[in-house]
Amino acid sequence: MFVLSFLEGVGKYLFMLRSTISKPEKVSMYWRETVRQMYDIGVGSFGIIAIVSVFIGGVTAVQFGYKFIELAFIPMWWLGAIVRDTMILELAPTITALLLAGKIGSNIATELGTMRITEQIDAMDIMGVNTTSFLVGPKIVGGVLIVPALVMVAMLLGTYGGMIAGEMGGFYTDQEYLYGLQDDFRPLYIRVMFVKSIVFPFLITSISCYKGFYVKGGALQLGKASTEAVVISSIAVVIANFLIAFIML
Amino acid sequence: MIEVHNIQKRFGEQLVLKGISTTFSPGKCNMIIGKSGAGKTVFLNCLVGLVTPEEGEILLDDRNIVPMSQKEKSVIRKEMGMLFQKNALFDSMNIEENVMFPLDMFTNKSLEEKKERVNFCLERVNLVNVNKKYPSEISGGMMKRVALARAMVLNPKYLFCDEPNSGLDPKTSIIIDELIKEITEEYKITTVINTHDMNSVIGIGDKIIYFYEGEKNWEGTNKEVLNTDNENLNDFIFASKFLKEIRNLNKK
Repeated sequence: MFVLSFLEGVGKYLFMLRSTISKPEKVSMYWRETVRQMYDIGVGSFGIIAIVSVFIGGVTAVQFGYKFIELAFIPMWWLGAIVRDTMILELAPTITALLLAGKIGSNIATELGTMRITEQIDAMDIMGVNTTSFLVGPKIVGGVLIVPALVMVAMLLGTYGGMIAGEMGGFYTDQEYLYGLQDDFRPLYIRVMFVKSIVFPFLITSISCYKGFYVKGGALQLGKASTEAVVISSIAVVIANFLIAFIML
Repeated sequence: MIEVHNIQKRFGEQLVLKGISTTFSPGKCNMIIGKSGAGKTVFLNCLVGLVTPEEGEILLDDRNIVPMSQKEKSVIRKEMGMLFQKNALFDSMNIEENVMFPLDMFTNKSLEEKKERVNFCLERVNLVNVNKKYPSEISGGMMKRVALARAMVLNPKYLFCDEPNSGLDPKTSIIIDELIKEITEEYKITTVINTHDMNSVIGIGDKIIYFYEGEKNWEGTNKEVLNTDNENLNDFIFASKFLKEIRNLNKK
């Protein structure tokens, strides 16, 4: 029974994705909606991502620094390289994605679910609007376009946070940290980060849209759909994270 | 003109529409009445193409929408307006944006032309100085009028109303009914209204169809509806004690 309903869900999800790809009724309306989504996701999430990234970078530096002092034989400037690589490869894209799954995932599912329950989607349907294309498409495109920029910001701020925390803890000077940042830099890691920062928002927005778009019932079901959107997109992010690392590294 | 030929719709084992046939003429208010669960909303959803019947034809000016693809339906839906029970106004948009939405989506008019049309439609439903307000800031009756303005902004050939008076006080209901009637006659729209409200039926119903357990049980005019021998219909119309007493007084 579970397998059947899972397969039905996957089929419906793929069908929704397929029907978002169609000729827009009016390109300018779709673009306007996409820009609105980019603004909501980008500007709306900038603050929380900035704060979390600075502290994540800082805590990474402090915790590794504590261990390095114990080990004694590892040069402290290595911390620069460690913070850089963990931020680029893992923390910036994944933490950003998990934060976004919580913030915009529930937001999208609630917005579309409310529109469904209050017949706003039916109203658009009857006007002749391709509702999957107009309501789902710009959210996915907006997310995929703006999240890489957020991940970049998260990576830079996290690395900066590592520098400040290390200096405050007396682990290294900023020259040592900058030296470490430049040591053994691999462009592949940046490519991995960008692949993640495109795949993750695609998963979060599309799964949340799916959960909200097909909601049936009332407030209770809407709440459930919103929670499921967050849970399922978070799980999808961590699975995709593993697969991307496995394939690309 | 809308012609419906023998449509049947089933949900699982349950047959909810049992071979309905009828016609709806332009410039007339066609009312569908019946108890909750009689199949009225499913029937209306079939007419607008949200639900596809398993059998039968629905001809909108000789175009059968039953076998149409979503893409073909999208084209024909630009000729439809619909007034929803819960208004279905977009709550992220203000009143002006709500009414302008179909114009934005389907026309290439300039902003000035669109604003002119929006203001005309809002004035037509007796709404002024509400353009910048949001749906949550206006009353239920005003929301209905905004929904009606949005439904008529593209000059529809067909107007569908699902319980347009639900949640409104009797006076506002009459205002909404009269607006629907005026617009229907003025623009020769084929209007189909689902309702429970007998005041509306008597007030503006040019043609009345009574649904009973998924079947068309009675069809007639607002002049005939109060004097019918149909038992089911009489049970429905005179369900309240108040109306029963009025009928008894009339008989005496």
